[in-house]
Amino acid sequence: MENKIKKVSIIISKGGLDGVYPGLIMANGARMEGIEVNLFFTFFGMDAVIKKRMGKIKIATVGNPGMHMPSLLGIIPGFSAMATKMMMKTMDKLDIPPVPEFVEMIADAGGKFYACKATVDMFKLKKEDFCPQVDSIINVGKFYEISAGGEIIFT
Amino acid sequence: MPQKQFGTAAAVDVDAEGFLADFSQWTREIAAAIAKEEGVGELTPAHWKVIEFMQKEFKENGQVPSVRKLNKSGVVSTKELYDLFPGGPAKKAAKIAGMKKPEGCV
Repeated sequence: MENKIKKVSIIISKGGLDGVYPGLIMANGARMEGIEVNLFFTFFGMDAVIKKRMGKIKIATVGNPGMHMPSLLGIIPGFSAMATKMMMKTMDKLDIPPVPEFVEMIADAGGKFYACKATVDMFKLKKEDFCPQVDSIINVGKFYEISAGGEIIFT
Repeated sequence: MPQKQFGTAAAVDVDAEGFLADFSQWTREIAAAIAKEEGVGELTPAHWKVIEFMQKEFKENGQVPSVRKLNKSGVVSTKELYDLFPGGPAKKAAKIAGMKKPEGCV
């Protein structure tokens, strides 16, 4: 038990459902084990904490080999929305919440949320664009500072 | 199957991590002893409300309810749950309530 992980800092860098969920599930799971958690959102992973985007994250049906179907089908209008809806339904049954509820749940569990300064500057975002759970916009240096003494996971 | 004695109660069957193997062997005294062992301390009415709800759910559908279900049930908010059972709410509450270790990832 001496080797128990005490703290993790998880970077969520990819957009889309399959991009943001693994990090969120790992963060929540860590809190459930009593592990301290920091979440750092960068690039398109940031959609998960942007107010007007977090509720509309979809699964990519084009150029996603994991979908096991020809990309040509994925271009059909509404296909991505339908695939997302089906997936969310299955996830709900497994008690995996939609992104906004998941973010709230992890924050209530004591997880800390940070947004990447470089991405914020690049996409010309402001603190107000983020959900209230986001503590602050930090640079890479600050990220390493808050991650000190723990594990870092990149997703 | 290893056995364990909690307080003055008769020894009960437990798994390798100390979760009760047989829910029917659970008593309030055992719950209080596990709570102390897990660092939860004295069980207050707020703890009991959670434990009783979890046991009701467990008896009805054989599953340990998730943190999300507890939150949605209105019995306890996620924040309160983490305050009541520090260091691993679902796992510790399940253990105290005499149930198996939760298997889900969420």
